[in-house]
Amino acid sequence: MKKNAEETVVMKKKLPLRRQAVQWGITIVIVLIAALMVAPFVWMISASFKMQKDVMSIPIKWIPEYFYPDNYFKVLHINAGASTDYHFILSYWNSIKVSTISTVVGVLSALLAGYAFAKLKFRGSNVLFILYLAQMMVPSQLTLIPRFMIFSNLGMTNTHMSLILPKIVTVSSCFMFRQAFLGVPDDLREAARIDGAGEFRIWAQVMVPMVRATMAAQATVQFLESWNSYLDPLVFLSHWRKWTLTVALDQFVSIEGTQYNLTMAASCMAIIPVLLVFLFGQKYFMKGLTVGAVKG
Amino acid sequence: MKKDQGRRKRILRENLIAWTFLLPSAVGMVLFSLIPLLISLYVSLTDWNFASGLGNWNFVWFDNFKQLWSDSWFIASLKNTLIYAVITVPVSLVLSLILAAVIDDFCKKKAAGVVRVAMYMPHICNSVAISAVWMALYSKYGPFSLLLRALGWSDPPRFLADYVWALPALMLVSIWAGLGYRVFIYSASLTALPRDLYESADIDGGTWFQKFRYITVPLLKPTTFFLTVTGIISSFKVFAYTNVMTKGGPGSATYTMVYYVYTTAFKYNRMGYASAVAVILFFMLLVITIIQWIHNSRDEKR
Repeated sequence: MKKNAEETVVMKKKLPLRRQAVQWGITIVIVLIAALMVAPFVWMISASFKMQKDVMSIPIKWIPEYFYPDNYFKVLHINAGASTDYHFILSYWNSIKVSTISTVVGVLSALLAGYAFAKLKFRGSNVLFILYLAQMMVPSQLTLIPRFMIFSNLGMTNTHMSLILPKIVTVSSCFMFRQAFLGVPDDLREAARIDGAGEFRIWAQVMVPMVRATMAAQATVQFLESWNSYLDPLVFLSHWRKWTLTVALDQFVSIEGTQYNLTMAASCMAIIPVLLVFLFGQKYFMKGLTVGAVKG
Repeated sequence: MKKDQGRRKRILRENLIAWTFLLPSAVGMVLFSLIPLLISLYVSLTDWNFASGLGNWNFVWFDNFKQLWSDSWFIASLKNTLIYAVITVPVSLVLSLILAAVIDDFCKKKAAGVVRVAMYMPHICNSVAISAVWMALYSKYGPFSLLLRALGWSDPPRFLADYVWALPALMLVSIWAGLGYRVFIYSASLTALPRDLYESADIDGGTWFQKFRYITVPLLKPTTFFLTVTGIISSFKVFAYTNVMTKGGPGSATYTMVYYVYTTAFKYNRMGYASAVAVILFFMLLVITIIQWIHNSRDEKR
């Protein structure tokens, strides 16, 4: 009996050891795969600090031999020398402006609509809700031509308004907020009403603070969508003064083409700020971007 | 009577308040979604050319659609879009499912977190910048060709300029960019799975692969379905990669439907014809969404 017990003890010790080896081995493989997936970004950063003749040197030098920040000055137009004016700073500003306003407008209107659908009784609520649902199926690619038609008729092409105005309705956000408001107990509303608060005050001071998590998530999603949007600004904005970052970068790439050191510097400038924000707030970022994807 | 009037007044008030709450988004929906949808459907039945001005169009019924079926560029864009979906979606699903399961079961906890975040990064970057980076990677002496040479392919093609390789090259970028997101979704679903099935499998001495094949994969079916649908939808909408990296070329090798809509409408001003393509795309998306709805409502009933 004693011997038997000893044996099991030995086995128990052995098993974790083998398992640990497997764990380490697989961890290393997975880390290598992840490294391979991140490699394009690393290469981008490294190439953005190289001189043009060094970019494609063999073997790849991940750390540039000569540190050459002039690429960035050229892109930023601090020191003339690139073949055209790029005005990246201006398009940066445009992107920040458009994305911020779009997000504020979009989240606010969705907060209002979501609340109405969740908590208010009104005639036609079912029909309207179905209409909203149906709009989820209408892709922005389909409405692109009519929107262009409407805005050019109003003389509003080449304005940032043409990008911001349609963001007043983000159907998916309306649903998320409806879902969130449904989870807030009605007692809170009743209590506030007894205290004499009107519906708007209840909404602003009692209900909205209760759905802060959804708000943060939807704001993240909307901001990122607006920041990365490409087809709409490409169609609506014809003048470089109005270009957002994606359009400016596109133009830059098509003009500079094979000057990879310059295009990589420009790409870095478009990607790195978003990546930094992502890395610092990643937990909450990833949650925000995946709500609704996982049930239960 | 008075009581009734009072009630009616209250109901009216309630309605007014509710509609004020809904006003911004409802107006937005009508102006930027509903009316454009109707205009789209109508314009797709006209021969409207943007150069001839608004309203200067002839109603041609289904001529645009008839013409499309003999338009080799459209056929190419439709074919490419379908190939894109049929290949990228399953490949990235299989890869991400395996990766997620392996990371979840074998990786050191800390490493797992870092790896997931690292893989997720491309998902939040804008597709123009990603295209710029991959154009450099794919260039003749770029790192990608270098890697392939190191792996023993002595003469790799110039991917983006090669008729056969251009589309697969774009698909690789898509798979790369979306993989981390899918791994993350799968990981999130994995943690929500019930443990007891795995425990009883352990008692029966099941191997990892058996557990993966007979427990994990079936249990993750809802997630797989969700990712399949969203994957198909987003590959139907591919635009940035083609527009930045290949301009649809070489020839029609990487023409996608959205790219065809874009060029037809905004390069050649053929709004009516382009709308017809957009309408076809819309119906393709509609079919996918309806399948999803039927599936979901059946799930809820169960």
